[in-house]
Amino acid sequence: MNTSEKRELRRFAAEIRIALLEELKARGFGHVGGSLSICDLLAVLYGKVMNYRVEDPKWADRDKLVCSKGHAGPAIYATLALKGFFPMEQLKTLNRPGTNLPSHCDKNKTVGIDCTTGSLGQGTSQAVGMALGDKLKGRQNRVFLIVGDGEIDEGQCWEAAMFTAAKNLTNLVWIIDDNKKQLDGPTADILPTFDLRAKMEAFGFDAVRVKGNDVEALYEALEKKPEGKPVAIIMDNVKGSGVKAVEETASNHSMNVAPEVWDSYIAAVKADLEALEKEVAEA
Amino acid sequence: MKLNYTGSPDPRTFKDFFGTEIPRMLDADPNLIYLDADLMSCIGTAKYGKAHPDRAINCGIAEGNMAGIAAGLAAAGFTPICHTFGPFASRRCFDQVFMSAGYAHNDITMIGTDPGVTAAMNGGTHMPFEDVAMYRALPGATIVDPADTAQLYSIFADLVKRPGVKYLRANRKSNDRVYEDGNTFEIGKGVVLREGPDATIIAAGYMVGKAMKAAELLAEKGIQVSVIDMFTIKPLDAELVAAYAKKTGAVVTAENHNRIGGLYSAVAECLAATCPVPAGCVAVEDEFGEVGPVDYLAERFGLTPEHIVAEVEKTIARK
Ligand SMILES: Cc1ncc(C[n+]2csc(CCOP(=O)(O)OP(=O)(O)O)c2C)c(N)n1
Repeated sequence: MNTSEKRELRRFAAEIRIALLEELKARGFGHVGGSLSICDLLAVLYGKVMNYRVEDPKWADRDKLVCSKGHAGPAIYATLALKGFFPMEQLKTLNRPGTNLPSHCDKNKTVGIDCTTGSLGQGTSQAVGMALGDKLKGRQNRVFLIVGDGEIDEGQCWEAAMFTAAKNLTNLVWIIDDNKKQLDGPTADILPTFDLRAKMEAFGFDAVRVKGNDVEALYEALEKKPEGKPVAIIMDNVKGSGVKAVEETASNHSMNVAPEVWDSYIAAVKADLEALEKEVAEA
Repeated sequence: MKLNYTGSPDPRTFKDFFGTEIPRMLDADPNLIYLDADLMSCIGTAKYGKAHPDRAINCGIAEGNMAGIAAGLAAAGFTPICHTFGPFASRRCFDQVFMSAGYAHNDITMIGTDPGVTAAMNGGTHMPFEDVAMYRALPGATIVDPADTAQLYSIFADLVKRPGVKYLRANRKSNDRVYEDGNTFEIGKGVVLREGPDATIIAAGYMVGKAMKAAELLAEKGIQVSVIDMFTIKPLDAELVAAYAKKTGAVVTAENHNRIGGLYSAVAECLAATCPVPAGCVAVEDEFGEVGPVDYLAERFGLTPEHIVAEVEKTIARK
């Protein structure tokens, strides 16, 4: 990936963060930590990796995204709106009566959402079924599955992982958002995950570990050609990533803060974006 | 029974209750043990859990595992209390609750928070309208849907000590206040909150305050109804249901749940076997939940005092 492509993805990630924070600000509260930590990934997926048609969101051969940690929906809504799946204005309806943007991903409500999730763990098996179905139909697409590092406490995730490797579903990419926290606190204090890469390898995957905010490394991992095994990507990550003040908030799963505080988060990302633009101008 | 119904919310939330009572009870009884599935901070027990990780155990996001561990702890001589959100306390772990706890006679208490529309901002995936139906079908289970914290203070310790599987569904925030502090309640016995000859409203949990309001609105129209708080949905107080059916000739139930399998079903089954009278129902009409503020959802799913009023009038007309 050349420098300008890389900058483009970093810019997209910042735009996603800004749209996400505006969206949460409009409602006043929401699942900010786990939404922020997938923004770089979403920028790479929707900016460069995934094949999809904005004008035909249900195109059968599209690549699909399953966000099994369904509470990160707001980050995906921001991405989809920026890509034109629906108007940006709609982001302000998050969790409002009658909205098409509920707190957890819902494929029957939101244009561009491929899988309904919210009860943690369940996206994994659905993703397996979607990938298996696509393979049986002879499609050339891929399914990308995002799983939380707290979510993998659910035994269902490991049932789905066993099945993925057993059926060698190389059209399914597992991405574990190892952001070190779940709802009640640090994952290490609740149920330590130990070596996730070794775990996934032992389950029959080709597993790689990359920094969750390194768009180039994410891109390379996502485009890695499977060599006889499905690929699992462990994102070494920080909950709330990209907004220092959120990263440093101990309890950042769901936050309810004043509009000025949301504005300060937005300003911080805007400053990063400006620095990036300057880099581009100077290059 | 001293009432304190003014139509305003209970000043204490159920979270306040759990956050103080569970730690107090754990300190008082070494056989008691509390398990949670990564939602301790949601009911105010996280601080205690940090200080006493062997008494308040965070099982992680693994509700089936938690229920099974609780069953094993019961087999080892403990009295376990588990907590997670309502959908996960029912759907997500039901086979483990059913077999490892219920069938195997390993007695546990399961607390499911934010039942029905009180799941509000978490939306449809988190909105259990079916938890009561599931637990009603578990032999020997006790199901409690408390009206307010004063009631829960009186019964919680008894509930935890009862044999069988106990399911407690409670909002994390507060319902309308109904009772004065210091009343005592008996599990399995409904409470008559208001006497009136024209019909009986039987309500539970979130709907008890709404039923009281409905009774006031009906009185303004010259219709005098009885109101019963049926906080124990199983075992149902069949005697009380039959007595008030006989006395008033019409019954309307009100519940924050699907009309299938919950309080309406329990009451209708009882009436069919004892004293068949017209029975109306205020409940969710076999739909999935959705996201939004509680008041919006109550309107959307037909759970307001006005809905109860209309149903009572309709049911009286069928007498
Ligand atoms: C089955 C189930 N149990 C509990 C919850 C409540 N819950 C929502 S998010 C969350 C923590 C998730 O942690 P993690 O998977 O690490 O996500 P992240 O930290 O990236 O937000 C919990 C316990 C749920 N949604 N589903």
